[in-house]
Amino acid sequence: MRPVAEEVKSPMAGTIFELLVEQGDEVDEGDELIILESMKMEIPVEAPSAGSVSEVRVAQGDQVQEGDVLVTLG
Amino acid sequence: MFSRVLIANRGEIAARVSRTCRRLGIESHAVYSVADADALHVREADGATHIGASPVAESYINVEAVIDAAVAAGCDAVHPGYGLLSENAHFAQACEQRGITFIGPAPEHMDLMGNKDQARRTMRGLGLPVIPGSDGAVSDEEAEAAAAAVGYPLLIKASFGGGGIGMASVRRPQQFARSLRRARSSASRAFGSGDVYLERLLVEPHHIELQVFGDGEGGVFILGDRECSVQRRHQKVIEEAPAPAPGFTAELRERLYAQVRDAVSQLRYRNAGTIECLLDASGEIFFLEMNTRLQVEHPVTEMVSGQDLVEWQLRIAAGEPLSELPPPAPPDGHAIESRIYAEDPETLLPSPGSVDLLEVPDEEWLRLDTGVAGGDDVPHYYDPLMAKLIVHGASRAQALQRLQQALAGTRIEGIKHNVPFLQRVIQTPEFQQGDYTVALTDRLLAS
Repeated sequence: MRPVAEEVKSPMAGTIFELLVEQGDEVDEGDELIILESMKMEIPVEAPSAGSVSEVRVAQGDQVQEGDVLVTLG
Repeated sequence: MFSRVLIANRGEIAARVSRTCRRLGIESHAVYSVADADALHVREADGATHIGASPVAESYINVEAVIDAAVAAGCDAVHPGYGLLSENAHFAQACEQRGITFIGPAPEHMDLMGNKDQARRTMRGLGLPVIPGSDGAVSDEEAEAAAAAVGYPLLIKASFGGGGIGMASVRRPQQFARSLRRARSSASRAFGSGDVYLERLLVEPHHIELQVFGDGEGGVFILGDRECSVQRRHQKVIEEAPAPAPGFTAELRERLYAQVRDAVSQLRYRNAGTIECLLDASGEIFFLEMNTRLQVEHPVTEMVSGQDLVEWQLRIAAGEPLSELPPPAPPDGHAIESRIYAEDPETLLPSPGSVDLLEVPDEEWLRLDTGVAGGDDVPHYYDPLMAKLIVHGASRAQALQRLQQALAGTRIEGIKHNVPFLQRVIQTPEFQQGDYTVALTDRLLAS
């Protein structure tokens, strides 16, 4: 059975500073997926669990709001 | 004196500079980005010009856009505030080339002090004690030997750095190579130069600084000292004047004031500056860096000196001699400032959003410098500083008791803020006793 996709959401409003993964990458729990820039700080967004990256929904430079889905893990 | 001043900044400092301009009968002109179209600093100014998109690179630090706005609005001077373009020598030069007075020091002093390693060597040459370290930036090849000569623990620092970026503390030789790589890459990303130098890491020092003013011809006033040892992520959170550290004895204070007066005089420094120092547990004090601008925490100096530092900046920039200004006097009582940030009080991570309400008690001993009011946004593009709450008392004990009262009576709604954290800090025994070091907040967060 395929595990349910997990959505990784933005913890706060900000700008996508750097994408550290792409579709198909295997990640471990705690791996940094994306660096978000908010209020002059670089904030890493980490994988909540191990899995493979099924979708990256944002690009570098995108503006995101709190709760926006950034990446889905399969 | 100037007739119209462009304020090349935003938030609480832009609003604060406007107030002094108004009191002196000078018109203030604001600049703003898309995100700040309705901001308080725009409402406080007599006029305003939209200069670009929300990211600072496209607005507040776009040199051409800011100067074009000043020329178009008929301004005869520019006040840079702090941060943004305030330490950018190219901006200062460009203002002068367009016939607009830059309210600040000479561009060559901004350049000199902007290179932290060069500043350190210059000030050592002018007689100030500096923290032992590598002489100049280190290459990858010579780094290991330089580190061994400095000794561990040590600090890797970006030559063009600030705000703790490109800085790494290294406790053991095995960690050095990795930390060096990381510091270099973060420095080159943030400052466009990967140059780093090494300094001995002082364990749990006090951060103490002196407020100076120069006339550019060797005349220097020292307007007292401040302690800023409450920091998180190398950024200050609570500051006070005068510095309460017991190790900053009357004798040490007198010696440091004389050394600083002499060094700043030899430099022929002009306008406001701050000499930042570290005082270590053994009672030795070292020059750390010089900030060539107004500091965020300048209100504590204003509260104990009765002077308006922005007025001093304007008068010196307009060519008034120091002799026209009131000579420095001993501090009147004690003042403490606490910075109110839009951040989670537990994790201290930024938390942008909008403010429904921001109110502090109405007391004659309390001053609020704010960049936002109820209904305003705190955009994610900029620093999380919303406001500064400053109290004055006849003694440190009274100022501290008033700060407790002021924070307890502060109401902020709609956005996460650090007031609960500030309350925790000032209730620690170390803060209560006035003997705390830069390690205080880390200890508090770990507990």
